[in-house]
Amino acid sequence: MTDFINSFGIILFATLAYATPLIYAALGSCFSEVSGVVNIGIEGMMTAGAFTGTVVAYFTGNPWLGFLCAGLAGMLFGALHALATVRLGADQTIAGTAINMLGPGIVIMIARVIFDSTDTIPLTAKQRIPTLFKGLFDTSTVFGRFMDNVFATYASTYLVFIAVFIVWFVFYKTRFGLRLRACGEHPEACETLGINVLSMRFKCVCISGFLAGLGGACVTMAISNQFRPISIVGQGFIAIAAVIFGKFRPHGALIGCLLFGFCSGLKTVLGGSSGIDTQLISMIPYVVTIIILILFVGRSHVPSANGKPYIKTR
Amino acid sequence: MKKKSVIEIIASTRFLHILLSIILGFVIGAGFLAVMGISVSEAYGKLISSITSVKGFSYVIVYATAYIMTGLSVAFSFKTGVFNIGAEGQFVMGSMGAAVVGILLKDLPKPVLIPLCFLAAMIAGAIWGMIVGFLKTKWGINEVLAMIMFNWIAFYLSNYIAGIPAIHNDGTAEATKTISQNARTLLSQELRTKFDLAPTANWGILVAIFFMFVIWYIIEKTTLGYELKAVGANRNAAEYGGIGVNKSILTALAISGALAGLGGALQVMGMGGRISIFTGQEGFGFAGIVVALIGCSNPFGVLVAGLFYGALTYGGSKLNLVGAPTQLTSVIIGTVVFFIAISVIFERLGGGVRARKNIEGRKEREKEAASLPAGSEKKEDEAK
Repeated sequence: MTDFINSFGIILFATLAYATPLIYAALGSCFSEVSGVVNIGIEGMMTAGAFTGTVVAYFTGNPWLGFLCAGLAGMLFGALHALATVRLGADQTIAGTAINMLGPGIVIMIARVIFDSTDTIPLTAKQRIPTLFKGLFDTSTVFGRFMDNVFATYASTYLVFIAVFIVWFVFYKTRFGLRLRACGEHPEACETLGINVLSMRFKCVCISGFLAGLGGACVTMAISNQFRPISIVGQGFIAIAAVIFGKFRPHGALIGCLLFGFCSGLKTVLGGSSGIDTQLISMIPYVVTIIILILFVGRSHVPSANGKPYIKTR
Repeated sequence: MKKKSVIEIIASTRFLHILLSIILGFVIGAGFLAVMGISVSEAYGKLISSITSVKGFSYVIVYATAYIMTGLSVAFSFKTGVFNIGAEGQFVMGSMGAAVVGILLKDLPKPVLIPLCFLAAMIAGAIWGMIVGFLKTKWGINEVLAMIMFNWIAFYLSNYIAGIPAIHNDGTAEATKTISQNARTLLSQELRTKFDLAPTANWGILVAIFFMFVIWYIIEKTTLGYELKAVGANRNAAEYGGIGVNKSILTALAISGALAGLGGALQVMGMGGRISIFTGQEGFGFAGIVVALIGCSNPFGVLVAGLFYGALTYGGSKLNLVGAPTQLTSVIIGTVVFFIAISVIFERLGGGVRARKNIEGRKEREKEAASLPAGSEKKEDEAK
């Protein structure tokens, strides 16, 4: 029983660690997709954030400044995507693919110039995103150890739950949110009501990049301590999958990300103890996602105007 | 006759958009090099010199073969209204399918084994595509989501199969056994030394070109292609017109998957000879998306785009020698794709011009027709 509680604590810790970057990125994806812009460039924006965060933290010694700059770097690529898709009416999939190539390409080139290597120099403990409650609990009791395991997580994780609440509030309780959802469903109707669809979408894609950048920084500044070309491998796409899973709602996407994180956590614990092949265990998160989709979720309502460039009528 | 304006010419040919995008890609790449203090002429010189020699170009073809196949796969899916982001997984399954056959049936003669490997790869890829199609048609599961998941399932499944004792390398390498010589598509040793070709030079490109024609034929000349295109253009209208939408989606994904799977086979039978245990996704599927986009989803365009992508990938790998980063090529390709994405504005600019021209043209023709004796108009039409 003690062992079980222990493992469970570790699984929960791993769940949060895996899920945090995904949740940031998924929130970003929500903003973009719900406003009507397909953003498969999330991956590239995460990479930009992951790199910028570590570099700024390394040179300034301030992790929070690094975290903020990571968001801004993501936002820069978000703005590029918005420029192409919203202002110039580009095909959103093509532009997103371009971002996915440009993001990693540019930051790794910069890494080569600054560090003479594709990896950044590992951050010290002070330069990383801090853990808030580590060592707060008495580890001599079973419950204390469990709590210690769970709350060993990083500050960015607590922040992301606040962010989910804020995004949910913005989406469903504010005028901005109502307009944003309307832009993704029926942009022509919005225009007749005097809402500037193009500017709404532009803002949303920028916010999307900002959040994706933060997500990237969680990978390189919290879970690991340096940027490497393989830091961001597919998390952006998993985040997009989580958003579709959550039916394009921030709280739904949160559940998708947590589910995914939990399965990944399960993987780390099972991989060590059971006799099952690690490669097969690694499939669990993906297989479980599909099974849950079949059993509980089913059809996902895609915002009606999603993917269609909006051309302003005169 | 008035001369065409520059904008109109650009608008009328998609080819010119792409050429312009490619030039802009290199210009922006040069900008990055200049900022980094690396000689532009030296870097681009290396890029060009490494692919223009006979040996270099044979490498380009070897690299391009797989990109052309995944490019065809994605392009075909685009035509049918599905975005095959799952070519990556189908490619992986195909290469593993071919490798397993090539290892286990190693004693079969070449003319039997090679088609068997191709078949195994195409079936594996097609199944991988159809599973997603089945999930979509049966339970309405979003295909993009399912494909992302199945890319990773393929990734780990391939690693698992590579670890099975009958398949796994006997030595220390973390890879499968090398496939039978009878399953390799390499050109003969004499031919390779005679023309100073790459050691991995193979005839896989011919298979790719063959399938390029097959896909063009299916899309343009068959009922199947017409139905698939109809579903891609407007699902509801197609259904109203009596086309089985679900069946079409399944067929499209199966064909698309088979193409990507065959790409995997050509890769392992030509270039690799064995499959390593992956640490990260290989990116052939994503390269296929880029190739399809640069090639405008046209089979012939895909061939050229695949060669272009192969040339940049191979040439880029040589950039280190002059102190320029390999990633320069992803920046160039990314920029090219970005400009292709926004090339819509050229069309829109040109579209306006063309519409005006049409009206003017019609007026002119009417005037001419009025001044000519009856009957000559018909002749003119025939001449056209």
